[in-house]
Amino acid sequence: MLFALFESSRSALASIFAHRLRSFLTTLGIIIGVASVIAVVSVTQGMSAFIGDTFASLGTNSLTIQSYTPFEDQMKGIRSRLTPEDLELIERRAEGIASITPILYANRSSQIKYGSQTAFSQIMGTTYAYQDVAQSYTQLGRFLAQPDNLTRRRIAVIGEDVRENLSLPENPVNEYVEIGGEWFKIVGLLDSMGDAMGMSRDDIVLVPYTTMVSLQGNQARTDIQIQLSLSDSAELEEVTTQLTTLLRNAHNLSSDEDDDFRIQTAEQLMEEFNQIIGMVTVVIGGIVGISLLVGGIGIMNIMLVSVTERTREIGICKAIGAKRHHILMQFLIEALLLSLLGGLIGLATGFGLGTLIANTIPGFPSATIPLWSIALALGFSGFVGVLFGILPAAKAANLDPIDALRYE
Amino acid sequence: MVLIQLQDITKYYEMGTQVVKALDGINIDVYKNDYLAFIGSSGSGKSTMLNILGCLDKPTNGQYHLNGTNVENLDQNQLSEIRNKEIGFIFQSFNLLPRADALGNVMQPLIYRNISVRKRKEMAIEALTRVGLSDRIDHLPNQLSGGQRQRVAIARALVTQPSILLADEPTGNLDSRTTTEIMQLFDELHGEGHTLIIVTHENEIARHCHRIIEMKDGTIFNDSAVEKGSKELIN
Ligand SMILES: Nc1ncnc2c1ncn2[C@@H]1O[C@H](COP(=O)(O)OP(=O)(O)O)[C@@H](O)[C@H]1O
Ligand SMILES: [Mg+2]
Repeated sequence: MLFALFESSRSALASIFAHRLRSFLTTLGIIIGVASVIAVVSVTQGMSAFIGDTFASLGTNSLTIQSYTPFEDQMKGIRSRLTPEDLELIERRAEGIASITPILYANRSSQIKYGSQTAFSQIMGTTYAYQDVAQSYTQLGRFLAQPDNLTRRRIAVIGEDVRENLSLPENPVNEYVEIGGEWFKIVGLLDSMGDAMGMSRDDIVLVPYTTMVSLQGNQARTDIQIQLSLSDSAELEEVTTQLTTLLRNAHNLSSDEDDDFRIQTAEQLMEEFNQIIGMVTVVIGGIVGISLLVGGIGIMNIMLVSVTERTREIGICKAIGAKRHHILMQFLIEALLLSLLGGLIGLATGFGLGTLIANTIPGFPSATIPLWSIALALGFSGFVGVLFGILPAAKAANLDPIDALRYE
Repeated sequence: MVLIQLQDITKYYEMGTQVVKALDGINIDVYKNDYLAFIGSSGSGKSTMLNILGCLDKPTNGQYHLNGTNVENLDQNQLSEIRNKEIGFIFQSFNLLPRADALGNVMQPLIYRNISVRKRKEMAIEALTRVGLSDRIDHLPNQLSGGQRQRVAIARALVTQPSILLADEPTGNLDSRTTTEIMQLFDELHGEGHTLIIVTHENEIARHCHRIIEMKDGTIFNDSAVEKGSKELIN
């Protein structure tokens, strides 16, 4: 039996390659279907693997609080804010918090200068606690310290990319850079964190929070972000509820008003991301389903043509002793191999496309194909081949030998 | 020993309102090592006869016993098996598989017997050697002359060691020299103990045979053994 399979496969391959162009065109539907699914899967898988790592490095017990303004309010010029008072309130009243730090993004210019070099970078005002919350440590020099904030010192801790962009020396500590017209002394260089979603995480300048506040001048409009990590014994839900209550009270929200802030865990961010991936997957699944269907019909069509073309051959084989299942297997295997070949070509094309996409976008995680997607792609195309191959194969197997032999 | 027994075989084709009686009440016994020719004008039912003998076609009525088996009640798969075991076909148009070389063509019927490749190859080469084509085994049909193609077809018929060889106008597409060669080969095969049934409309061919059945309008017009000395009488 196994042997007969091998035998049939060999002659099936021979007849597929005897009509190379036709076979290729026939399998195009399957090639496109499989290629698109593999391309998307390889890119999104690379992305979610990467994002998984990123969020893991953020720590599962860290929370980010941001102000949130609904779109209609934004149109009316209303802006929700998180203020230093909110931070103070949380520091004073909330329980279960290991470290907490404000982050204030530079709202005017994020230009930074060193000598004749100018670069743009993400400049954030924060505190010593940032290193625990973000798990970001220095490789040279020191991190921001508490006294820096108390005295609003003009110091900065920079990322690897900033050092490079400004052509700072290997050890930039004690060099001076200009931010917003003020001179800042570099006290530390951060460990390299690599890229995330096409953006460098090393293109970053940290200055003391209070320094940033004074740089911005107009404190009435300050909108900060708060990052905090939970202590080991704290329950995420409890802390979240507690923070919500605290902030709602502080912002004087009545019970029918929505939160004007968002408390998010790394996991929630990841979940949101996974939801998007899931939606993309469903859409792609639909596309693939349709193209596999079209591909299957193409295969059925060409197999029917092939059966007609080879009617006489079928007659000969029957005359010299082929039984129904011999002929059936012959054509079924041909349809199966045809669509499997299409699946394989699609797999290669899809992976090539995925790699191309991943490589074209700088910092994009490299494409990965999970084994299940290979199995799924080949399984599906094989299934399509068999499903749409049955009709032509049965037609061939049921031919009357004498009619088939007489066929011109 | 009786190999083939036909009793009141008829084959009717309904063409609209008209019924064509391709075979009409045929009774024949064929014995082992017979060398038999069916002759008759075109349309007299020779091919229909041979197709029924070869279990490719079923008679409308009548009984057909092949090697002791009543063929009437067999289904398509069983008929395939009978054709594979008992019958070697040789067609006018050779009917070789175009994409398989000579060896592949001769090996083909053995595939349906689940014989190992090595053994199949061995048997096929032996059969090809028997018909004098041992040096052409890797040629495709379109790389062979008509006579060589027919030899491949004969090798394919021989390789299964069937009880009967059936040939329908085997030399119809061949020139006279090749025809002589092929007929010599048939004579030899008969000498080796094979049973041969040949359909032809050429007396030249029929003359090689030892029994000649002349058909007319689906019936047997004449069935006569040919004495060696009286062969010339046919002309
Ligand atoms: N499939 C068929 N359908 C209808 N008539 C047929 C068919 N096959 C053969 N016949 C008729 O049966 C008769 C015998 O045909 P055949 O056996 O081919 O004759 P021969 O081989 O002696 O020339 C002819 O009249 C032919 O037209
Ligand atoms: Mg005929």
